[in-house]
This record gives sequence, C-alpha cells and structure tokens, in this order.
Amino acid sequence: MLEMTGPRTLVSLSGVGKTYKNGTTALSGIDLDVRSGDFLSLLGPSGCGKSTILRLIAGLDNASSGSLSRSFTEASETVGFVFQEPTLLPWANVFDNVYLPLRLQNESRRAAAARIEEVLAQVGLSSFAKSYPRELSGGQRMRVSIARALVRHPLLLLLDEPFAALDEITRFRLNDDLLRLQGELGTTIVFVTHSVYESVYLSTRIAVMAAHPGRVIEDIEIETDMPRDEDFRASHTYALYCQEASSALHRAMHEKRT
Amino acid sequence: MTLGQWATRYVPPAAVFVSLIGLWEAMVRIKDIPPYVLPAPSLILETLVTDRATLFASLWVTLKITLGALAAAVIGGVSLAILFAQWKWVERSFLPFAIVLQVTPIVAIAPLLLIYLDPQTAVLVCAFLVAFFPILANMALGLASADRNLIDLFKLYRASPLKTLLLLRLPGALPYFLGGLRIGGGLALIGAIVAELAAGAAGKGAGLAFRIVEAGYRLNIPRMFAALTLISLTGIAIFAFFTALSKALLGRWHESALGSER
Repeated sequence: MLEMTGPRTLVSLSGVGKTYKNGTTALSGIDLDVRSGDFLSLLGPSGCGKSTILRLIAGLDNASSGSLSRSFTEASETVGFVFQEPTLLPWANVFDNVYLPLRLQNESRRAAAARIEEVLAQVGLSSFAKSYPRELSGGQRMRVSIARALVRHPLLLLLDEPFAALDEITRFRLNDDLLRLQGELGTTIVFVTHSVYESVYLSTRIAVMAAHPGRVIEDIEIETDMPRDEDFRASHTYALYCQEASSALHRAMHEKRT
Repeated sequence: MTLGQWATRYVPPAAVFVSLIGLWEAMVRIKDIPPYVLPAPSLILETLVTDRATLFASLWVTLKITLGALAAAVIGGVSLAILFAQWKWVERSFLPFAIVLQVTPIVAIAPLLLIYLDPQTAVLVCAFLVAFFPILANMALGLASADRNLIDLFKLYRASPLKTLLLLRLPGALPYFLGGLRIGGGLALIGAIVAELAAGAAGKGAGLAFRIVEAGYRLNIPRMFAALTLISLTGIAIFAFFTALSKALLGRWHESALGSER
C-alpha cells in the first residue's frame, strides 16, 4: 500500500439522499467523508437514518440521489459489518460462525483455521470455539459477531448500535476491547449509536444527525491525546465534549419538532 | 438422570397404561362379554400371534406404501419449496394446485385414481398426496424465515444463491422441515389406510386396511382389533422415530429440542 501524507478518504458521500419506495425520505443532502484511521460515530435520535448510511457504505442499499464514492472497489473484501443483534448462525458453533466469511470466499477450513484462532484470541473467546451461540452470554455473542466481521481483515468496520442491548458493565468492557482492537489492527470504524457518552468515549469524530429528513447537523472532532480509559471518562475534557455533543443532539431533536 | 428422576418420569404413564388395559381385561372377564362384541386384550394379543403370517405380511405392505409415499412427499415437497423460495412466480403459479389437492378430501379423489391407475399405485399416490402438503408448506415457511440480517451479511460477502441456500436457508429450515415430517409421516399412514379401504385390494398386495374389512365381513372381531393395534403401533413408531430424529439433529441449537433447564 502506498504511504500518503495525511489520512486517505475511504468513503465519501456528497449530497446523498435516500427515499424509500413508500415515499419516506430517510436521508437528504448528506455530506460525509470517512477518513482512514477514523473512529467516526453517527449519533442521533431513532429514525434519523444512521443505519441507512451504514447500509449505503456497505453497498447493501443504493443512494437515491447524490454520489457515494469509495476508495476501494470490492466491498466484500474491505468491509466488515456488525449488526444490532449478534445475528450468528444458531446451528453452527463459534468457530464455524467466524469461518463463514472465509467459507463464502471458498477458503478451506484448514487454511482458515489459524486466522480464525487468531481473531478469536483477539476477542478473548479462544476457549469457546466449540460452543454454540445459545450457550454464550449476550456479550460473548457480540464478540463472536465482531470476530466474524474482523476475520477478513477489513479496512473498514461498520457497527450498527452493536452494544445497545447489553448491560452497562458489558458495554464498557466491549467499548475498551473495540478501541484496543482498532489500535492493534488499524481498522477504520464507523459506529452508529444513540448514546452521547459512548460516542464521546470511543470516537475521534462524531457526526450528529437529525431526523425527518435524516441529515448531519454537526461534525464534532474530538481532539485529545488522552488514552481512552477510566481517567478519560472522569476527565474535564470528556465532560466538555459530552456537553457539546449533548447540546447538538438536543438541537437535532428540537429541529425535528419545528 | 438418577433412578428417582427416571421413576417419576416414566412410572406414572406406564402405570396408567397398564391399569387401563387391566380394567379392559377385567371388564370383559367379569361381564363375560363375548369376543365378537369386545375381545379382551389377551385375546387380541393371541390373535396377533396366531394370525401373524397374514397380519405381518399385510403390515409390511402398508409400511412399504407409507414409507414410499413419505419419501416421495419429502423429495417432491422439499424440491418444490426450494423452487418457491428461489422464484416467486413459481410459488404464485403452483401453490394453488397444491392447495386444491390439500383441501380436496382424499377419499373423494381415491375412486378416480383407482380408475386411472392400478390399485397399488393408486394407494401410493393417495398416501403421497396427503403427506406432500404439510412437508411443502412447512419447508416453504422455513426457507422464507431466514434472518434478514444474515441475508444481508451473505449479500455483503457476495454469496451466490446456491451458497445462501446451502449455508443459510436450508439449515434454518430444518426445524420446520422436521415438524412437517412428523405431520406428514402420520398422514402418509392415514392416506395409505384410507386409500386401501377405497381400493379394497385383495390377494397378495393386501394391506392392513383390507385385513380389517375382510375380518369385518367374517365377523372376526379379534382380528380387526389385532390389525388396528398394528396400525396404531406403526403410527406411534413413525412419530417416535421422527421425534427422536428431531432431537438428534436440533439438539444443541434449537429452542424446541432443549430441556426445561437453562
């Protein structure tokens, strides 16, 4: 890969709109760049089209207007997707669930084994390879889902409110694990959430969105060198950014009403 | 399972069964009911042994038809359901025919089939027709029930329709299919018996239903009961087999196969 000065733009949306067949306008006039190395959070109330943006980036849906350009051609090679639910194959054990993306690429189980074991170790599930999804806790299932998304070494990891259904303790731990994984793998992340605190804790950038129609109303850069840990969570900087994101979100909700 | 658990689980149903049979036996003996009105269980068992050559030959005939029809229903139902899942127009075009065959009582179709086909084939086709629909309907439902997000995931990874079918839709449809198989298995037996009654096939290819009719004409009531017992046992065996198969295949992943402990 070529070394370039400054971060590379992986995905660029300009003037993107999405209108569904039933006439609902999910997105309108979205300008958003995803830069290499970003941890970009899409923060907004429900119905603001956060998930739709992820689906457009992944190529699961097509934009109705505007243009979306990617610096890569094959989304299946470069994008990992984590859904709101773990969405594992219930009849397959953890190993086979993580093997799935490689299997769809026609890679043999034996050739893939080392990679699967490596990624299971990264999410801390090495000893659960033979377990079935229903034997795991909610947090463990989500880890399997993340491992599955990472097994092809994606450049870009898309997560759609992945921790919304988990308890706070588990969520905090998975937040830290996600940051650690990003540090280790250098993956660019786009993360959908409706939690101000989660977005500030994790992100390098937050795009605050409003609904009806879905649009980005503010792009907040989190500029701090602080490592993201408990100290950061207790820091003044964190509190200020939370305030900023919170008031932007408040504006988003207010604009919705007028 | 400890011996105590085993006992609390199996002793009550066994005790109820044994006492009901005992009550029947006692009633017949005490009231001195003649065997042509109601034979005692012991006499039915005795008939089963003495008439075993005829009865078990007929059981074999009925069993062959039932299992043959069920196998054909599985192949036909599953393939048609797969076609339905791949192309909506196939479903819209062929489902009405399947429904017509399902809602028309088999006893009404049987005489017609007997005109066109030789009796043995007609009986097989009748049994097939009743077993076919539940397997088709369940399988089609199962194939259509795949998780939307998993379908998206397969789409993201550019999975071919064949791989999506093999790795996602078919395994996901397995619990539905097994449900259909349990219903279809019982219905295939019923279809075979009903069609045999309508056909009245005699001689070498005579099934259990014909033995019942024949024994009825001769007022051989114990043999009627003996044939009936064999039919019931066959039905129970089919159901038990598919239940066990379900448990074995779904054991570790499907809610239906899990115990009450979590």
